[in-house]
Amino acid sequence: MMNKQGRPTDINTAANLSPGGVTTHTGNRGLEQDELLIYEIGDTQRTGVDLEDLPVFESRLGGITRDNEIGLAGLSEPEVMRHYTRLSRKNYAIDMGLYPLGSCTMKHNPRINEKVARLPGLADIHPLQPISTVQGALDLMDRLAHWLKTLTGMPAVAMSPKAGAHGELCGLMAIRSALDKRGENRTIVLAPESAHGTNPATAALCGYKVKSIPANKAGRVDLPALKAALGPDVAAIMLTNPNTCGLFERDIIEIADAVHAAGGYFYCDGANFNAIVGKVRPGDLGVDAMHINLHKTFSTPHGGGGPGAGPVVLSEALAPFAPVPYVIHGKDGFEMVEHVTGGAESFGRMTAFHGQMGMNIRALAFMMSHGSDGLARVAEDSVLNANYVMASLQDIMTLSFEGPCMHECLFDDRFLEGTGVTTLDFAKAMIDEGYHPMTMYFPLVVNGAMLIEPTESESKQSVDQFIGALRHLVTQAKLGNSALFTGAPYLAPLKRLDETLAARNPVLRWRKTD
Amino acid sequence: MRYLPLSPTDRTEMLEKIGVTEINDLFSDVPTTALLKDHVDLPGHMPEMAVDREFRAMAEKNMPAGSVAFFCGAGAYRHYVPSTVDHLIQRGEFLTAYTPYQPEISQGTLQALYEFQTQVAQITGMEVSNASMYDGSTACGEAVLMARRASRKKKAILSGSLHPQYIEVTRCATKFTEDITLINPPSVYLVDDLIDQIDEETSCVVVQNPDFFGNIQDYTKLAEALHAQKALLVVVVTEVVSLGAVRSPGAMGADIVVAEGQSIGNGLTFGGPYVGLLATRQKLVRTMPGRVCGETVDADGKRGFVLTLSTREQHIRREKATSNICTNAGLCTLAFTIHMTLLGEKGFRHLARLNHAKAVQLADKISGIDGVEVLNKNFFNEFTVALPMDAAEAIERLADMKILGGVPLSRLYPNDPDMKNRLLVAVTETVTEEDMDRLVCALKELVK
Ligand SMILES: Cc1ncc(COP(=O)(O)O)c(C=O)c1O
Repeated sequence: MMNKQGRPTDINTAANLSPGGVTTHTGNRGLEQDELLIYEIGDTQRTGVDLEDLPVFESRLGGITRDNEIGLAGLSEPEVMRHYTRLSRKNYAIDMGLYPLGSCTMKHNPRINEKVARLPGLADIHPLQPISTVQGALDLMDRLAHWLKTLTGMPAVAMSPKAGAHGELCGLMAIRSALDKRGENRTIVLAPESAHGTNPATAALCGYKVKSIPANKAGRVDLPALKAALGPDVAAIMLTNPNTCGLFERDIIEIADAVHAAGGYFYCDGANFNAIVGKVRPGDLGVDAMHINLHKTFSTPHGGGGPGAGPVVLSEALAPFAPVPYVIHGKDGFEMVEHVTGGAESFGRMTAFHGQMGMNIRALAFMMSHGSDGLARVAEDSVLNANYVMASLQDIMTLSFEGPCMHECLFDDRFLEGTGVTTLDFAKAMIDEGYHPMTMYFPLVVNGAMLIEPTESESKQSVDQFIGALRHLVTQAKLGNSALFTGAPYLAPLKRLDETLAARNPVLRWRKTD
Repeated sequence: MRYLPLSPTDRTEMLEKIGVTEINDLFSDVPTTALLKDHVDLPGHMPEMAVDREFRAMAEKNMPAGSVAFFCGAGAYRHYVPSTVDHLIQRGEFLTAYTPYQPEISQGTLQALYEFQTQVAQITGMEVSNASMYDGSTACGEAVLMARRASRKKKAILSGSLHPQYIEVTRCATKFTEDITLINPPSVYLVDDLIDQIDEETSCVVVQNPDFFGNIQDYTKLAEALHAQKALLVVVVTEVVSLGAVRSPGAMGADIVVAEGQSIGNGLTFGGPYVGLLATRQKLVRTMPGRVCGETVDADGKRGFVLTLSTREQHIRREKATSNICTNAGLCTLAFTIHMTLLGEKGFRHLARLNHAKAVQLADKISGIDGVEVLNKNFFNEFTVALPMDAAEAIERLADMKILGGVPLSRLYPNDPDMKNRLLVAVTETVTEEDMDRLVCALKELVK
């Protein structure tokens, strides 16, 4: 075939090859470039740094030296630039498009946050330099603590947990410490079936058995079942609110009261705080402890899997058990309590040094930029966007639970029945449309879950285009065009990857072959 | 509000489509008593420029390491990070991606992780590595839990020359588990009698190399004694640059190596975020915590990478998972691997030797001061100094002279009178000869 300019329309015609033949010498396709491993590009001789010459010295390593080759591959600086730039282009990212990964809150990451996090006065300070030389850093931590306490309506906050799951551990350890002090040996933690995997995993790390609470038809905790499960052996309930189906737990105050009446504590998983920030204070709901993923609600970049931060707000009853370190106001400025000393009830230390300062900086910049008015808007717009998606798709996809939803909406795979297309296939076809798929197969309370969280960062045009793409895909699935899905993605850097093979025969590193 | 694209018209149209009249209709499930009527009592939104100004003001109240002669270490080290590293990790495709759950559109992150895992395995002298833990200290706690799973025994013995905060973190991580942790008192002079403490209930012994006080040890005999009891050797490394010059834990027979990877690619940032490394033997991978990236092929047979062995993890195994970790240290691993690739074998080894050479230089200078003693027989880039005065007080006075002279051990062992006069001094490639002379001069003044 020839185009309007009389030239061939595809590379196979041009090269006189049959379709599917080898089309380029390099295997690249224009801007889509393959990239080898550093070990296949570089070698142990090459380097991308120039270091000063060694002074004359006598080794004091005590003869315990490393003499054999390590095998590290080096690249020169231009090669490094190119290697990682090429790799970066194989990633989807929030900077490229809507990232509807439910429960993960993939929102815009403002660059002023990156800028201030790199100020030498904040980035280039050592965790153990004299307290008198880091007053600004302690001020920053104290300010962030104030914002977190005010937004949640809670009296205390532990700042050192390194991510959400670490925060859960902090909260449950505070609860267990409080119960131990009361002399009570409670053994069970209740968690709804829809709970995130970190909740039961955390409870187990605190020595608790996990008992699952079923959901009711409305996608919330089944209150009678919960009440029946409560008793003198229950230490706590771990409940996400808004929950992992994207719904506000209507009975939350009653749940909290019931748990308290039975002598237990209420741990709230705050991963979904984005939906209610500035609108509802968890402290008004009877929460005893809640972690806040700064890398979700407060926009510290996910960075391909972290780092995050998971400060935990605590009630009056749990505050004395908070881990060290923490900042206090002393007579000559800020001080830091770094040790558990005589009589103190702190349950100990969860990490070396003081937590995720780099994330604290970014989160505080995000909060101050929005202010109390902007944060309430964050919650409202995120909820508005999610409900708009729900309203625009519920006629052709199957909504799991009646709305309104909070900041994310949950569909299941009933609409795909008989199409030969699974949730996984559907998700992979979204990749061809230029989107990162939604969270799939979580929560576990519905079949083939698709949890969509657009966040407040999306414009109406963006959400409309996304809705259009999903409607198109649903229509194609229902028309029987299953090949569009089962072979997807077709247009990504790689076709579908064989995860079974990876797990059966784990190859976790490069090795020299020959 | 610059971050919020919806216009008032958009909002009206969207509410209409949804079929409600006002935004609070969407919050109808919130108990009315709990829905706030007003904004919380915090300042209103701010222009970007004002935010910038506020943070500069806070930053100015600190004394950045780069503005002074700087000798602090104790588990966090100031190295020069090439500009390329920070430039690359700020590419939006890396910075603003999630954990690589969808491998077809996450090969950038995944391949970098695979290369990272290879580098970590190589420098530790181990077979495999995971895709990171939060930091070195939490990785240490996880290693003790892992050793229990691998050995099916519960008693962990911790060396007294392990970083005291790592001891605290491990104690805390095992506080409510079935593990028993036996903690030795601190010993500046390598007098642990760890081998004698091993018995048939021992799951592992945890040691550090170079240890907290800077001493280097060969743990080969300890490894042999442990293996004879079917127990594991866990080696902690808080200064990974040392691995370019000091015999690797793998070569000593370590079963699990955990390290703080901050030195490579990552700045000090007041203690975090850092990057925990955890490496082990291939046969123990299924007891390992955390995410791990593995090689596979796509439907066309092309090589690609995925997160794998997830049946160990919380999202599949829930309460039976090997760890509760989910988000780890993603971007810090990227910084680590980029910096390590820039260094390569040559650069990494040279960097290690340079650190050691400068530390030797300073140790010799300090030893020449009357009344001041370097306590280490051997060391890498950090050593313990005994002063004839309170070390914390000395450090305050040095700070007044724009010298951050090290970490007084009383900061970490507040109740130990033996530590009162001791100072931990670290020297990296960033230290100049002039910095050293300033410290030595000032110390001479102080102890006169
Ligand atoms: C509901 C919920 N809980 C807990 C977590 C764990 O948080 P993190 O990944 O920060 O440890 C997540 C994150 O994925 C989550 O979605």
